[in-house]
Amino acid sequence: MRDVAIVGAGMTKFGELWDKSLRELVVEAGAKAIEDANVEGRDIEAIFGGCMASGALTGQEHVGALLADHLGLNPIPSTRVESACASGGLALRTAYTAVASGMYDIVAVGGVEKMTEVSTADVTRALGGAGDQEWELFNGATFPSLYALMARRYMFEYGATEEQLAAVAVKNHHNAMSNPYAQYHREITIKDVMNSGYIASPLKLLDCSPITDGSAAVILTSMDKAKEYTSKPIKIRASAQASDSLALSDRKSLTSINAARVAAQSAFKQAGLSPKDIGMAEVHDCFSIAEILAIEDIGFFKRGEGARATAEGRTAIDGEIAVNTSGGLKACGHPVGATGIKQAIEAVWQLRGEASGRQVKDLEYALTHNVGGSGASVVVHIFERGY
Amino acid sequence: MVGIVSYGAYIPRYRIKVSDIARVWGKDGEHVSQGLRVKEKAVAAIDEDSCTIAVETAKQALGRADIDPRNIGAIFVGSESKPFAVNPSASTVAEAIGAVPNVTGADLEFACKAGTAGMQAVYGMVKSKMIKYGMAIGADTAQGKPNDALEFTAASGGAAFIIGDQNVIAELEDTCSFSTDTPDFWRRAHQEFPEHGGRFTAEPAYYKHVIGAAEMLREKMGFDYDDFDHVVFHQPNGKFPLRAAKKLKIPFEKLSAGYISPVVGNTYSGNVPLALSAVLDIAKPGEKILVVSYGSGAGSDAFSFKVTPNIKKVRKAPFVKDFIEDKVYIDYAIYAKFRKKIKSI
Repeated sequence: MRDVAIVGAGMTKFGELWDKSLRELVVEAGAKAIEDANVEGRDIEAIFGGCMASGALTGQEHVGALLADHLGLNPIPSTRVESACASGGLALRTAYTAVASGMYDIVAVGGVEKMTEVSTADVTRALGGAGDQEWELFNGATFPSLYALMARRYMFEYGATEEQLAAVAVKNHHNAMSNPYAQYHREITIKDVMNSGYIASPLKLLDCSPITDGSAAVILTSMDKAKEYTSKPIKIRASAQASDSLALSDRKSLTSINAARVAAQSAFKQAGLSPKDIGMAEVHDCFSIAEILAIEDIGFFKRGEGARATAEGRTAIDGEIAVNTSGGLKACGHPVGATGIKQAIEAVWQLRGEASGRQVKDLEYALTHNVGGSGASVVVHIFERGY
Repeated sequence: MVGIVSYGAYIPRYRIKVSDIARVWGKDGEHVSQGLRVKEKAVAAIDEDSCTIAVETAKQALGRADIDPRNIGAIFVGSESKPFAVNPSASTVAEAIGAVPNVTGADLEFACKAGTAGMQAVYGMVKSKMIKYGMAIGADTAQGKPNDALEFTAASGGAAFIIGDQNVIAELEDTCSFSTDTPDFWRRAHQEFPEHGGRFTAEPAYYKHVIGAAEMLREKMGFDYDDFDHVVFHQPNGKFPLRAAKKLKIPFEKLSAGYISPVVGNTYSGNVPLALSAVLDIAKPGEKILVVSYGSGAGSDAFSFKVTPNIKKVRKAPFVKDFIEDKVYIDYAIYAKFRKKIKSI
């Protein structure tokens, strides 16, 4: 296995992009990444694309072929990767293995989701596909309600409050203010979150990530080749993935996502690092409780301390560990299949020192944490400068 | 000179507070009210419909000016809550005010802008000397599905304008329209309540068309927004017109005379007509009024009016303010009965 680097990154603005179709999003992000990497289209040997629910949301399946076709890269192999909300992260990991193994030298990897063309009810149904259809969705569960169960249990076990959960959304909206790609550029307060109306108690509207259109893409090469394309390659120091039961009811705990713990531990082992070494992390805050569980499962905080730590500002950009500098899923937006790639791009920009207005100082290592469903699949990556 | 010769408004006297609707659906009334900037909305009584409202406004308009109803050559009634799918309100109005039989007309539908589309139609007919006077009415008993965001604002009311070329009280200087096929809000045939595209109703729908029409008229006429003393934008709630004005750097003072949605709600086709009536109630000779309606589906009609000294001759009660102040509060149960939302009877 050889070292792999990201040599180019590009993304669309995230948001309600009513004027852009699925393929237009893909082309915009892909072209930006190719341009940023300074590679020629003909040098790209394979494509991997993360996309969760294009069929349910737009009617369009066969996204692998669509990617190659509309990026003008036929006839190279093009593969769609699906792992629910972790589709982007898993596409990155799949591409990583393809380059690390030596099979390909240059690979394009992206993620996309076009979500605003259908009603909220239809989006909720489509996203429900990330859960256990027979045991959860069929019985009336939705994703907000599954995460609400986790939040309720967390509050019961650790005495956390709804205001502490709300602090996640407040911080992430603040961080998004300086991210030009973010869906929301609006500061919110704890009171705004508390008044935003229950979706599934204790989660309120502003505890939930939004419905978003967007696409993001990166170009991977072997570390050896990276210098041919850029003076600032970002090395993928670790790539890990773990699985757990599809249904929440089959888990041993509702207040920890085991796949996240396993993937994080695996990534730290690969990298020879510990949570203390990480300066910034993009974690999967699909709901406020998810960020709390993430920062505990990765090991930044002990179990039961994440909510209080967040409320105390310890995960702010100038805190002990900067969490979701992009604004996270909550405020940067969550075009499901694109999220994992966007997390990697934020890590790239932070490590390159290009995260203007939200730059983490003296950053050495960045981590991304991308969760599928309620935690049945988790992908964790660690990045460092390759220059 | 062609323009408005007379006008008449009508708002049913019943009101329900937004907070009372919110309470039924487990929402924070104060928060909803602040977000929409709407405190209460007007509710038609059980024996009222958009046709009775249209007749009421037509009578008010005739009562203000000395016009022989037999000289009204066209009547257009804009509404999206017609009591009949087939059977014109226009002919009922014509009969009720004595304009029959030498009169044409039709019922118009363009979501919330059918009232102003009627004004443009009769303006053209008067200007071409096809008719002496034409009447355009916007009237609605707007439907809001229980527990839908629209239920907080969908209200009842309307206004009528008589357009002519003699004794004009507000000259219609110019008008234009900005329309596209934008499906932000609709009600299919046989459906009881409309549906909408959530936030889609804001940026690519309301703001694009309202601002598009205002800018189109500005380019056509070469005016400055500062030239106007009063500005009326369609008010689906209290928030949208304020944001539209802010985007065009128009201060709130110019909106205030016609800013009725906070206490009336959105009377759909009757919204801009009512707001313009409220402005005419207080406008002084020489003042200029910019009016931009908005109808989902989607389009905006923009108008530039200049008030003449004749305005004083028609300044007779009841004014829009009187209708707003003459109110009786009802609770959600009575509201459900009035608006025929109780289905087991």
